[in-house]
Amino acid sequence: MSQRISIVCVSGTREKLQMAAMMASVAAAGGDEVTVFFSMNALLYFVKGRDEAAPAEGEMGSLMARKNVPPFKQLFEQAAELGDAKLFPCSMAMDVLGVGSEELDDVMQPALGLTRFLSDAEGGQIVTF
Amino acid sequence: MSDEPKVIDARNTFCPGPLMELIAQMKQAEVGEELELLSTDKGSVEDVPEWINKVGHEVVSNEEKDGVWHIRVRKLK
Repeated sequence: MSQRISIVCVSGTREKLQMAAMMASVAAAGGDEVTVFFSMNALLYFVKGRDEAAPAEGEMGSLMARKNVPPFKQLFEQAAELGDAKLFPCSMAMDVLGVGSEELDDVMQPALGLTRFLSDAEGGQIVTF
Repeated sequence: MSDEPKVIDARNTFCPGPLMELIAQMKQAEVGEELELLSTDKGSVEDVPEWINKVGHEVVSNEEKDGVWHIRVRKLK
């Protein structure tokens, strides 16, 4: 059975972004209706021209950097391309950062506020990273 | 469809790399076509058939040769 999953990405650490991206891509590819909402430090990696690596939180993050783990940005893009996942930037985080939609990666949908996100997520599952 | 299946070499990539590579190729494949996924990631050996069954395709075979799993699948729809 397909379900509705709303994923909230807050943390900017590699482990959390990786886990969120894995869940988004696998769920979306399996036919679930997936929405990902990026706020706080998680949004920074989707600003065009910012190519810094996400810092590792611990041992797993360092290990993943050395092994052939698919990068989280690639997994989020595959979630959108192969599974029709919708990736939304948090409008508050964009205001704080001072960036507009055109300064974010093309995979990002238009800015979304928390009120709208919550009403869209109603009745489904919300997973936060 | 007795032709040799198209081989997707996802060796040495970790979960969910092999699955995502397979899904990308499945999208482009014809109905009835067989694909063979090569994976060294043990988790994918369980996960790939799980996904195939969930979305309604067919696992033709799943066997290990020298540490590499060969998962053969057929697109059904």
